[in-house]
Amino acid sequence: MIRSTSLPLIVTLATFVIAYALCASAYPAMLSSRVAANLLTDNAFLGIAAVGMTFVILSGGIDLSVGSVIAFTGVFLAVILRDTSVHPLAAFVMVLALTTAFGAAMGAAIHYLEMPPFIVTLAGMFLARGAAYVLSVDSVPITHEFYDWLQDIYWKAPSGGRFRLTGALMVLTFLAGIVLAHRTRFGQNVYAMGGGAQTAKLMGVPLGRTTVGIYAISGGLSGLAGIVFSLYTSAGYSLAAVGVELDAIAAVVIGGTLLTGGSGFVAGTFFGILIMGLIQTYIVFDGTLSSWWTKIVIGALLFTFILLQKGLTWATTLRRRPAPGSPMPS
Amino acid sequence: MAAPHSPLRRLAPQLVILAAVLALNLAVFPEFFRIEFQNGRLFGGVVDVLNRGAPTAILAIGMTLVIATKGIDLSVGAVMAIAGACAAKIVADGHGWGTALAGALASGAACGLWNGVLVAWLRIQPIVATLVLMVAGRGIAQLVTEGTILTFLNEGLIHLGAGTILGIPTPVVIWVALGAGVTWAVRKTALGLLIEAIGINAAASRLAGINARVLLTCVYLVSGLCAALAGVIVAADIKGADANNAGLWMELDAILAVVIGGNSLLGGRFSITASLLGALIIQSVNSAILLSGMPPEFNLVIKAVLILAILVIQSPRIGHWLYILRASGGDPAPRRAKPVKETAR
Repeated sequence: MIRSTSLPLIVTLATFVIAYALCASAYPAMLSSRVAANLLTDNAFLGIAAVGMTFVILSGGIDLSVGSVIAFTGVFLAVILRDTSVHPLAAFVMVLALTTAFGAAMGAAIHYLEMPPFIVTLAGMFLARGAAYVLSVDSVPITHEFYDWLQDIYWKAPSGGRFRLTGALMVLTFLAGIVLAHRTRFGQNVYAMGGGAQTAKLMGVPLGRTTVGIYAISGGLSGLAGIVFSLYTSAGYSLAAVGVELDAIAAVVIGGTLLTGGSGFVAGTFFGILIMGLIQTYIVFDGTLSSWWTKIVIGALLFTFILLQKGLTWATTLRRRPAPGSPMPS
Repeated sequence: MAAPHSPLRRLAPQLVILAAVLALNLAVFPEFFRIEFQNGRLFGGVVDVLNRGAPTAILAIGMTLVIATKGIDLSVGAVMAIAGACAAKIVADGHGWGTALAGALASGAACGLWNGVLVAWLRIQPIVATLVLMVAGRGIAQLVTEGTILTFLNEGLIHLGAGTILGIPTPVVIWVALGAGVTWAVRKTALGLLIEAIGINAAASRLAGINARVLLTCVYLVSGLCAALAGVIVAADIKGADANNAGLWMELDAILAVVIGGNSLLGGRFSITASLLGALIIQSVNSAILLSGMPPEFNLVIKAVLILAILVIQSPRIGHWLYILRASGGDPAPRRAKPVKETAR
């Protein structure tokens, strides 16, 4: 029998395969390696941010600051490369340290002030976006030969698809995320916290350290996503990446992670990202559908997966209930 | 448990903050409090704050009720866009402004009902349930306007956003009347008490015989209606429905207004008047930033600092420390004030 925890992942995989098959039957060109390469390149920053979001949601929290941190990273890099002679690599290290510390600070506020993650990260969202505004209101172009060099790295598949560095970075991040979630003590602590903070505390999980760690990872990966985004657009703009946190949350949910926390897979998020990218690619291929259908279809998918999760939760509680009529613990 | 506080004492922190921000406005713009009567309408800094704060204030009314039930409604911004689009579409099709308003309110009610059914009947967490409409809502609004910015010239509809009643801007009349009406409805009947009961302990309220499902659905319905009204006002103000930008990030302002109003995000006791004051505080901060000539970029940073300060004040742990500090100080008098918060959780 299939375990109910892995069923959402299987449903996500099946959705992806069926959706790709349907797209390919309508437009055979969708099977080309070019589409596959673009799917990875175009969604690289979203995917990296979604890995961080997966950890946050697995622990039962939420991080609304992702999009703002991406925008801040872009503006910070652009301004630093324009005004100083710092090498981009040094700037990358600086911005990653900054965003990781920012995430850690939010985690500390959530744990030590006992406030809901929703409102703390909302403040973080305002703060990061505001900081980006203060640095520069205009879109700042990035012109540095190191950037050009990074953008020119790709592996050309035999049939013409160009697999770029950023896409590879996303895949690597997902692999690292999978190892961290399933093969380390920290990952186990995250799952335990999502299952129930009180129980986890009694089991000896260091709640404070884990919470700070989770939000630090999310902040750091948002910074990395910001770097990838700046490579993708060659500019830093304080109004960029508005609403990316919602896309990331949607990808995590479509990927089969339970929004109440404690159950889900990092790998599922990867397919969640691919499904969302596929919808966009299909709309581009079709040409007659307008872009707003993306939002509606993603909303509908979100709703379907939430219902599926709800049904599964009901099914498991029904099975666990000893006998009808006996007192039910609530 | 309702503590026997007088309403003024409950509102004191908000009134003090509002007075301070208004004083700041006066400091940067000496003519802030001057009110003129020209062309049959009132003009002045204060009138402007009341007028511009209308959408946030109307959203805050519905949001207060939702947050009091321990929920949250993220979809209000998207619902605003849908309602504005519907109103513009109906007017563009040649119907009157009354039909347009009714149609917009009906669309808001339908959105609210959808949220309510997800939360109350399917028992999905509010933040997730309303996220669906937040993501899809703007797409639906664009579907209605067919991707363009629908403009209109219907006098009646424009009057709702830019007109006046007895010299007072219509949006101000609408939000004051709505706030007073809803406050009356929840305080003169048991409704407010029942809503608080759900927020404090849903299971206990169910055992006490409260029909939580119907009540929760109604609360989200009211929030949808409020959002629709705010959406119509915003659309009427700019004489057009912009599906992409109408009500963008308004849900955050509305939540912020409720939080500044001293309402706990963990549900329970609520005050609509305090939330309305919160909305006015946000608008006064905006106007102070504009009047002082500071770049508007600082707006978000100041808002963030404001939220952080409130967070620290509202934090249960800080409250506990303060309680211990006071208790160990040997001052028995203020002991009564703090434990209310502890039990309310």
